[in-house]
Amino acid sequence: MTPNTITVALVGNPNAGKSTLFNALSGLRQQVGNYPGVTVEMKKGHFTVGDIRVNLIDLPGTYSLAARSPDELVAVDLLLGRLPDEPAPDVVLSIVDASNLDRHLYLTTQLLELGKPVVVAVNMVDLAATQGIGVDCAALSRDFGIPFLPVQANRGVGLDVLQEKLLEAAKSGTAPEPLALPAALEHETTRLVVKLGTAVSPFQARRLILDVNGATEQWFVAKLGDGLSQSLGEIRARLAAAGCPVPAVEARTRFARIREVVAKCVSKPTIRPVNRTDRIDRVLTHRLWGSLFFFAVLFLVFVSIFWAAKPLMDLIDQATKWLSSLVEGAMPVGPLRSLITSGIIAGVGGVLKFLPQILILFAFIAVLEDCGYMARAAFLMDRIMSRCGLSGKSFIPLLSSVACAIPGIMATRVIENRRDRLATILVAPLISCSARLPVYGLMISLFLPAEIYSALTQGLMLFGMYMVGFIAAPVVSLVLRKTLLRGERSLFVMELPAYKRPSPPMILRRVIDAGWSFVRRAGTVILATMILVWAALYFPHNSPDGFGFDERAEVLSDVAKSTDDDVRDKLGDKPIESELAKLGLDVTKPPEEIREEAGKRARATKAEHQRQSYLGRTGRALEPVFEPLGWDWRIGVAALASFPAREVIVGTMAILYEVEVDENNDPLVSAIRADWDTSSVRGRHRIPVALSVMVFFALCCQCASTLAVIHRETRSWLWPTFTFVYMTVLAYAGAFVVFQVGRLIWN
Amino acid sequence: MIPLSTLKPGQHARVESLAGEPALIQRLYEFGLLEGEDVEMLAVAPLGDPVEIRIGNTRLSLRIREAACVTVSLL
Repeated sequence: MTPNTITVALVGNPNAGKSTLFNALSGLRQQVGNYPGVTVEMKKGHFTVGDIRVNLIDLPGTYSLAARSPDELVAVDLLLGRLPDEPAPDVVLSIVDASNLDRHLYLTTQLLELGKPVVVAVNMVDLAATQGIGVDCAALSRDFGIPFLPVQANRGVGLDVLQEKLLEAAKSGTAPEPLALPAALEHETTRLVVKLGTAVSPFQARRLILDVNGATEQWFVAKLGDGLSQSLGEIRARLAAAGCPVPAVEARTRFARIREVVAKCVSKPTIRPVNRTDRIDRVLTHRLWGSLFFFAVLFLVFVSIFWAAKPLMDLIDQATKWLSSLVEGAMPVGPLRSLITSGIIAGVGGVLKFLPQILILFAFIAVLEDCGYMARAAFLMDRIMSRCGLSGKSFIPLLSSVACAIPGIMATRVIENRRDRLATILVAPLISCSARLPVYGLMISLFLPAEIYSALTQGLMLFGMYMVGFIAAPVVSLVLRKTLLRGERSLFVMELPAYKRPSPPMILRRVIDAGWSFVRRAGTVILATMILVWAALYFPHNSPDGFGFDERAEVLSDVAKSTDDDVRDKLGDKPIESELAKLGLDVTKPPEEIREEAGKRARATKAEHQRQSYLGRTGRALEPVFEPLGWDWRIGVAALASFPAREVIVGTMAILYEVEVDENNDPLVSAIRADWDTSSVRGRHRIPVALSVMVFFALCCQCASTLAVIHRETRSWLWPTFTFVYMTVLAYAGAFVVFQVGRLIWN
Repeated sequence: MIPLSTLKPGQHARVESLAGEPALIQRLYEFGLLEGEDVEMLAVAPLGDPVEIRIGNTRLSLRIREAACVTVSLL
């Protein structure tokens, strides 16, 4: 570390405005740091003051340094400078909310014990002033012996002075005087440090004593043996006898000192005035009005996803079509053109089409979260969710999963209880995500044609498909909580933050992040899958007589499309005549019959090409597996090809049924329908077959990225494997039941 | 002396004592729910659980089972 670089760790309660301050200080110079073995994600940014570079680390929001999970322990270790790959912070920047100073200072008093200089940013002083709360930062600085600075992070007010004070604190390097804890506690802490030796710092020893069965205790017991928990028990018994019961002693001591200082330094009205949050909460957490508002919000979100996104989606559709026709006009028939139009443009375009929906959903989630409503939604939903073995906090992740399971699974980080969190992660992929829409859309137009059925009927069917996931998820989680994830019920102590106006730059940033990661996925996983699927359906492409299947089909359809004169011209041309003979066409027949014969053979050649391709052979070999679901090898192949990414099904079907995916899928629908009509099973049971395909896609985990995220979030291969297996079995069983029961009903 | 969980929306009370699982009690203490503090019951969720309470300027959502660990006296 050069003397020109200092490291600052940003610590604060959730909702103190930590992210806003972080963004205001570091602007766009940010990156997300992941730590091996844990899911803690710490953002890193930097800024320069004069010739000094300040590296800023944004720690996850926390109410206390009493670590309750391995993740929280990592954040504490970083502050203590005990992470091997991270420099110890030179200064700790504590951010507190001016209108709730008592509670926010609790964490600040713990930070004083880290042995590092501490600077406190008192945020939202303007909002506090409107409630009649005045904070005397100079007096606070004197009393605690560390700089307290008023800031308005959202407007960038007070940041210059803050940066200056951070540099000063780093230069002096003097640690503040920690708050005096009861002598009995300090005595026991010192004794424990002596007993355990260099393995434990005084800070950790204090946490060992104060956090009953906390993360520090669990970590050290695993390292040093069970004897430690026994001695901790004895220490706590001695402390209780000395009038310092754990954990009450810590809170009582800290709050006593905080109240004393705050009484001197903070002026507030003697009678607490009714504020904006009080008035809003009177309605939004009300039994009746709150519930009505909640459902209205949900309705608005869904309506926006499906209706508001439509024009944009059509636009992307048209762009795809235009690009496809451009390539078709510019390239000769052949494997490459087929790859580019059917594989890449149709496959990736079919996925990018869902970008507007993802952006709208994320904008809603970001607004609801930023303004403070999401905690209210969790409050209203907790009872229902806890009945299913989840918690109110599972609601946000499951709602996000309607867009995409990946952000949904990432959003489970707010759930502290390990079992609750795992249960939520494991059922999130059951919620119908936007990638299932194309399958549902295709199948619904197959058996509920728009010419006969109204948009309402189709919409109800779509709603029904979403219900499959909404019902399956709680049932599965209930089963998991009764079997694999059995354990004590979780805590649900959750802060309901004050309402605030959402900040547009923050929302924009989140929406752009979400959109970009979606586009990246379309450009990687889906692109690669489409190319593989195309190749598996294209090769081998030489028929026994030496012709490439596609060339042969092309010549045949040329003949089929030609006019009478053309056919005669071609017949008069010797080389072509011999070629036609080679193709098995009888040149002596009248042109009309030749044309008809050529058309038939062209279709047969294309079908043969697919049937003998690698994917076709696999599909036919597996046909007995698909048969009980009412599927033929083509549906089976499309489902198999969709395992890396389910969106691939539409592109695959398009290749299988040899149509370009455009004009709103209609040619594809009629091609599939025509093909099914030739089959005894699918012709007679079109509805059960389509339903069985939809149910399979609703319940199956056909998404490599989801499995990768589950691996990352659970830090094991067990849970992604488990998710894949249980969902595949569930999907197969569901599709089987739907088809078998369906064919009795629609006989 | 009654459990916090039995307060009706709009009622104020003083915290008398906390007893229960250490992790829960520690969390409540950290939020400033200490002996001698005033609490107000703000709302009850639609299905009767959880409840919303206020201590100072902090609003908390607690399940009935958790709120029952706090003994209060009505003001």
